Amino acid sequence: MQEVIELLSLSPPGWGGNLLRGLMHSLQIALGAFGFGLVIGLAGACGKLYGGPITRDLLAVYTTVVRAVPELVLILILYYVGSDLINKASEAMGYGRVQISGVAAGIWVLGIVQGAYATEILRGAIKAIPVGQIEAARAFGMPPLMMLRRVMIPAMMSFAIPGLANLWLIATKDTALLAVVGFNELTQETRQAASSTRAYFTFFLAAGALYLIVTLLSARFFARLEAWARKGQPSLRTVKV
Amino acid sequence: MTAPIAAQTVADRPATQAEAIRVEDLHKSFGSLEVLKGISLTARKGDVVAIIGGSGSGKSTCLRCINFLETPSSGRIVIDGEAVEMRADGTPANRRQIERIRSRLGMVFQAFNLWTHRTLLENIVEVPVHVLGVPRREARDRAMTLLDRVGLAEKADTYPAFLSGGQQQRAAIARALAIEPSAMLFDEPTSALDPELVGEVLTVIRDLAAEGRTMILVTHEMKFAREVSDHVIYLSEGRIEEEGPPDKVFGAPTSERLKQFLKSVS
Repeated sequence: MQEVIELLSLSPPGWGGNLLRGLMHSLQIALGAFGFGLVIGLAGACGKLYGGPITRDLLAVYTTVVRAVPELVLILILYYVGSDLINKASEAMGYGRVQISGVAAGIWVLGIVQGAYATEILRGAIKAIPVGQIEAARAFGMPPLMMLRRVMIPAMMSFAIPGLANLWLIATKDTALLAVVGFNELTQETRQAASSTRAYFTFFLAAGALYLIVTLLSARFFARLEAWARKGQPSLRTVKV
Repeated sequence: MTAPIAAQTVADRPATQAEAIRVEDLHKSFGSLEVLKGISLTARKGDVVAIIGGSGSGKSTCLRCINFLETPSSGRIVIDGEAVEMRADGTPANRRQIERIRSRLGMVFQAFNLWTHRTLLENIVEVPVHVLGVPRREARDRAMTLLDRVGLAEKADTYPAFLSGGQQQRAAIARALAIEPSAMLFDEPTSALDPELVGEVLTVIRDLAAEGRTMILVTHEMKFAREVSDHVIYLSEGRIEEEGPPDKVFGAPTSERLKQFLKSVS
């Protein structure tokens, strides 16, 4: 027991600090990717629902390909292709090779993956809005962006949140896949700590506990958010069948 | 066919009153189905025009074309003397113009269509504050006056889902009034209500008619239409079958179809 505490202590020679740093990186990427994915998703959902035929086709290709290819493969493709393209562009403009920040790369790669799923979640949520809500907004002369902000987003929230909560949890776990491109997130840090000390069981259990804590806190947050988004709707529990 | 009757109704009223809504030769098709086959109507300021007809006669579609919730296939719509610019396919050519015009027409729907995530008060201040740029405090004071007027002042902070249909529809009328509309469009405002709740909504609409509001009212309530309107239009299969002052349309109908229709609803 003494040994375990020493291994996990926050200051060296313990590896606890490294694990927490890894967790912070993971959360940073997960948050960034989730946010980026939401932006893509909202634009994608609107494009799929209201865009012209070309927009719709392009978005269909995007969501199909991203959801068809295993995430690990996508991450490798997007990471190497992405950094290659940026370097090519940079060299073409005469700047030489650039150092791409791991966090930015992680957010970009996972954000694209998240965006495809978010597109479908938000498309479904928008379609679930009672049509009269949107019709009333149109009838009173709301411009499209105001309608999106003032009517559609609030009205679709309660339909979207369960799916988005899932997506967020997937985002936190998908950061672990970034270990394959050598990014120092929680799983990578854990692997390093474990292989240096040979205490595999201790460190992976500790990492698992950290992921679990994130999940539990997220669940509470999303439960509150959902309750807030459902404001104005009668509680399902009070409905007598 | 319709021209002499229209001329006669115009003569009934002072010629000085400006036109609030004019619809000229409105056509609307859904695919190959032609729902409106050339409707023309005029509402002057202060007029109450009732549109009646059987289900599928095109009366709701006609009303919804006035503020372009449905896109007309052809025709001309003039609101307060301003013709809506249309493309060849009937869609509004100028988004800002149609938004401005819509924000002057207070629409009341059959299914109320209050925004469920906002309280009654928030529903009513929404358009004045965000679309028309009325200062929030002023919009709020006005909204409270309107809620009081429709008898819902104490429900200001309630969400629509917790109210009866009649209360929701009265709030929806308050929402339409809050934009200080130049005309009101009622799309079967009592059709979704339980019979015992119809009266409270009709009372509110009757008051609005009495204070000289311009209204176009699509309704199934024949007695009410006769009582409040200045002009009644009977639509059948997408055409104006008969129109005129209410006493004439209801009291001495000439068309066989209208006679049949009135018999079937009475």
